[in-house]
Amino acid sequence: MTLLAAEGLTKRFGGVLAAKDVTFALEAGEMLAIIGPNGAGKSTTFNMVGGQLRPDAGRVTLAGQDITGIAPRAVCRLGVGRTFQVAQTFLSFSVLGNVQMALIAHHGQTRRLLADAAAMHRDDALALLDRVGMAAQAARPIGELAYGDVKRVELAIALAAAPRLLLMDEPTAGMAPAERTALMALVAGIARGQGIGVLFTEHDMDAVFAHADRILVLVRGEIIARGTPDQVRADPEVQRVYLGHSGTRAAARAQRAHG
Amino acid sequence: MAEHVLEVTGLRAGYGPAEVLFGVELHLARGEVAALMGRNGAGKSTTLKAIMGLLPPRAGSIRFAGQEIAGAAAYRIARMGLGYVPEERRIFTDLTVAENLDVGRRAAPAGRAPWTPERLFQIFPNLAEMRHRRGGAMSGGEQQMLTIARTLMGNPEAVLLDEPSEGLAPVIVEQMAEAVLRMKAEGIAVLVSEQNLDFAAAVADRALILEKGSVRWQGSIATLEADEDVRRAYLTV
Amino acid sequence: MEWEFLLVQALSGLASASSLFVIASGLTIVFGVTRIVNFAHGSFYMLGAYVAVTVVPWLLEIERSPWLFFAGVLVSALVVGALGVVMEVLLLRRIYRVPELFQLLATFGVVLIVQDVVLLVWGPVDIPGPRAPGLRHGVEILGQRFPAYELFLIFVGPAVLGLLWLLMHRTRFGVLIRAATQDREMVGALGVNQAMLFTGTLFLGAALAGLGGALQIPRASANGQMDLSIITEAFVVTVIGGMGSVPGAFIAAVLIGLLQAFGVLVFPKITLVLVFLLMAAVLVVKPWGLLGRPEAVAGRAVLPEGILDPGRLDGAGKALAALALAGVLALPLLDAYAVKVGTEVLILALAAFSLNFLVGNGGIVSFGHAAYFGLGAYGAGLLVVRGGVPMEASLLAAPLAGGAFAALFGFFVVRLSGIYLAMLTLAFAQIAYAVVFQWVEVTGGDNGLVGVWPSRWAASREVYHYIVAAVTIAAIIFLRRVIHAPFGATLRAARDSAQRADAIGVDVRMHRWLGFTLAGAAAGLAGGLYAFSKGSIDPTLLGIPMSVDFLAMLLLGGIQSVLGPIAGAAAFHAVKDFFMPLTDHWRLFLGLSIIAMVLVFPRGLAGAWASLRRRPA
Repeated sequence: MTLLAAEGLTKRFGGVLAAKDVTFALEAGEMLAIIGPNGAGKSTTFNMVGGQLRPDAGRVTLAGQDITGIAPRAVCRLGVGRTFQVAQTFLSFSVLGNVQMALIAHHGQTRRLLADAAAMHRDDALALLDRVGMAAQAARPIGELAYGDVKRVELAIALAAAPRLLLMDEPTAGMAPAERTALMALVAGIARGQGIGVLFTEHDMDAVFAHADRILVLVRGEIIARGTPDQVRADPEVQRVYLGHSGTRAAARAQRAHG
Repeated sequence: MAEHVLEVTGLRAGYGPAEVLFGVELHLARGEVAALMGRNGAGKSTTLKAIMGLLPPRAGSIRFAGQEIAGAAAYRIARMGLGYVPEERRIFTDLTVAENLDVGRRAAPAGRAPWTPERLFQIFPNLAEMRHRRGGAMSGGEQQMLTIARTLMGNPEAVLLDEPSEGLAPVIVEQMAEAVLRMKAEGIAVLVSEQNLDFAAAVADRALILEKGSVRWQGSIATLEADEDVRRAYLTV
Repeated sequence: MEWEFLLVQALSGLASASSLFVIASGLTIVFGVTRIVNFAHGSFYMLGAYVAVTVVPWLLEIERSPWLFFAGVLVSALVVGALGVVMEVLLLRRIYRVPELFQLLATFGVVLIVQDVVLLVWGPVDIPGPRAPGLRHGVEILGQRFPAYELFLIFVGPAVLGLLWLLMHRTRFGVLIRAATQDREMVGALGVNQAMLFTGTLFLGAALAGLGGALQIPRASANGQMDLSIITEAFVVTVIGGMGSVPGAFIAAVLIGLLQAFGVLVFPKITLVLVFLLMAAVLVVKPWGLLGRPEAVAGRAVLPEGILDPGRLDGAGKALAALALAGVLALPLLDAYAVKVGTEVLILALAAFSLNFLVGNGGIVSFGHAAYFGLGAYGAGLLVVRGGVPMEASLLAAPLAGGAFAALFGFFVVRLSGIYLAMLTLAFAQIAYAVVFQWVEVTGGDNGLVGVWPSRWAASREVYHYIVAAVTIAAIIFLRRVIHAPFGATLRAARDSAQRADAIGVDVRMHRWLGFTLAGAAAGLAGGLYAFSKGSIDPTLLGIPMSVDFLAMLLLGGIQSVLGPIAGAAAFHAVKDFFMPLTDHWRLFLGLSIIAMVLVFPRGLAGAWASLRRRPA
């Protein structure tokens, strides 16, 4: 069954049409990238799926269940993990504490008044950190980590909800090129290995063309192209309005690198 | 000596208890474009902020146009002729394009033709069409153009340009590169922090690589492009 | 007939709105540029009135001309503007980068100082002002007489709005102010001397407050309570209008002016409640006010100001806690005075601890925590005095009353964040204060109620001390446990990143609401205990100064620490109790102390203790 389906999503801000009739589907274990110029409606589309924005028209379904316009926390409980363009973590907590907090929330235990939070779900949290290669840093305050490592911990937090779908808004923004490649490889491995669908937006053409199974190109709120990386890269309209010379070059390079 | 518009020695800076810069040494010749490269967290933005006086330097010397500016207030440094274009654009979204330019306006040093909105609109024709539009109603690429134009209104002798290609669509990045080359053609020295080697190669004469808070390598862009070992050591893996 | 009356009512509403706008516009401009909510704005208003009642009669001695009257009003505004410059240069300039809670406290320190200075210079008696020559008559409007001066005031507001608009859009200073309202650091990086800009802004803001005060003198005497009564109204106007928005302040002032003018006809006693309902309704629909916009989210996350790691008590910490406990239990061996102070310290420690549960642990900066303390005291006290209920049952009512009102007010409060939240908590507290103050039949009004005594078995100071010790220590241990539990951790998590908390499935608003209610209940319990220790209740228990005392205890103890507020309460109350009888200028002393603490000692006693421990032996 289709994991995520968006049908005819439309959103207006004032008089500006930020998204117009955006329709796409995503299967379990698939990585779908949304690319496009700034202000093309990527974040709007993303936020309509994640529950931050309610669409003016259209429908979002998760495994057949209508989730249009429900709150982000409810979306989360239905099995959707989320990472942000600027990593969002709990800065006053340790690395381990961040993941424990996510697990406490996942198990619906946030209103307990007497249990000792620091002792809860330690093993599960460590296992999640191990999956993203951060178990060795578990005891450190998260504020001390390099940004690339913070992004990994954020991924572990998102995985704590045992998600079927990951929404990643510019997962590699603000990272060094080497960290970008490593993070995307990690995400791809986890997604394909466990059948988690990944919807992500991205400006880094290397990340997109190396890892996405399919790509949507949004321009001024409308999908102007969709397809495999090969099809999108070869599309003259996409080259003209979005990729330009350097982007096309980067796309070709990324695909060569990944066979 | 005199040909260096900016000269930084032993610069240390950081946030709270965290030290970020450990003795940065760099210089910028008059009219030169240099790329300050390195991984995220290497200290590129911090270096530019410390030079600009937005983050107090803890040690070291920063000389601009022959004068010591370490520890001076940002507005004094700007008035001496050093421009700053921040990473997050930071245009004034409530103000119109024309008002944004007005905030940046400062008198030109004697003997130089001052930048005017009209001259800037020739370089950034998109902006001319939206003089009276609010900054908040512009696209990311247009805002990036405006932030550079606003800095040029101060008639700087040198400009610190922080990650101008970050988060922009590839076609816009190409326009940014053209804008930097145009600044160079006007005789403005530019220190641009950048992670994207393609962009750096397109605009800069020289590259400096920061790693863990100090400059570890410098040389021509051509050398950097040819030297895979250096790239691998500091930029990629 | 009905009609004409309504028209006159509307006109007097507009006259009040106009005055309110002149004052609030200054507050909102200063906030926009400096991001400081200036409590002392009300003090500037009061100073404007006092300067005017001094200067204007002197000028009118020369000649009773309307021109000299208005010249005197303008001179008063300029004098107050100059005082604003003094405040900017001496104080604000040093606190632009400190957390907003500390900024609020520091400007409140100025309020306290000005109150004592006004008392010293002008004395305790109200000073009536002269009426404006040429505007002393009434104007006939549809058969109703309407004071000409009020009619004149109606035009002042729009005129000030127009002048401010011209200033903001047609002058470079104004464009720079608008730019700095959004991003003052960037304005500096473009070569603008921020110090000059800020000083200029404070001059403008203070002068507007002074103008507002000076224009009041024909309507009301200058008196020492003008500052806090106007500042709450001005806060409400700026919050409804959107902080930083001058046109928003204008719309809000008109709405409030009219609401009060007509509300008086329908609900003569509770117009304040109507204003509060308006504010609550606006903020529920538009959390940043009518024309305000969300606070820009910082690109790079910063470590929150508050409890970072609740941690465990180490050996030395346990020893210190044991020593404190032993001291508390041993107090009755000393004299009665020690027992009295000790009992009060325990009660205040619980109140301060419950406040830090919100501020330090939840990032919810409540500026009106005394409301729940006071409502707890009234809940218990009214049952005893009016209902004849014994102490044991009445004490149960205290946390219920505190918690119930915290739940009611908190329902609105938790929809906001940052400075809006602080303003709303303050406004609710002022409303609770006003209701208690005005509802004389039930609450005894200003005089309060006496006869709130413990049951006979608990009547001795010593026995009551042990009751208080048992109850407060148990409550503090419980709250401390909650801080370590998932609920406390969830509040910290939501403080660190509400977005992340939301994305892991936490209902942030619900948890904050429950936390606010729990803290309110704890404060209510403290208030109930306090009522029985004093034997009486009065409205000062709910007042702003009481809320500020609690915050000063946190400041003194250190909001980063779980147990620091207890030490803060002990130190603050001991010093206050010792010094207050010795000086006529306690407020001056307290104001200067608060400012000194913000400037030199921002981590409090707990911070000092921690750095002492870290120092190598």
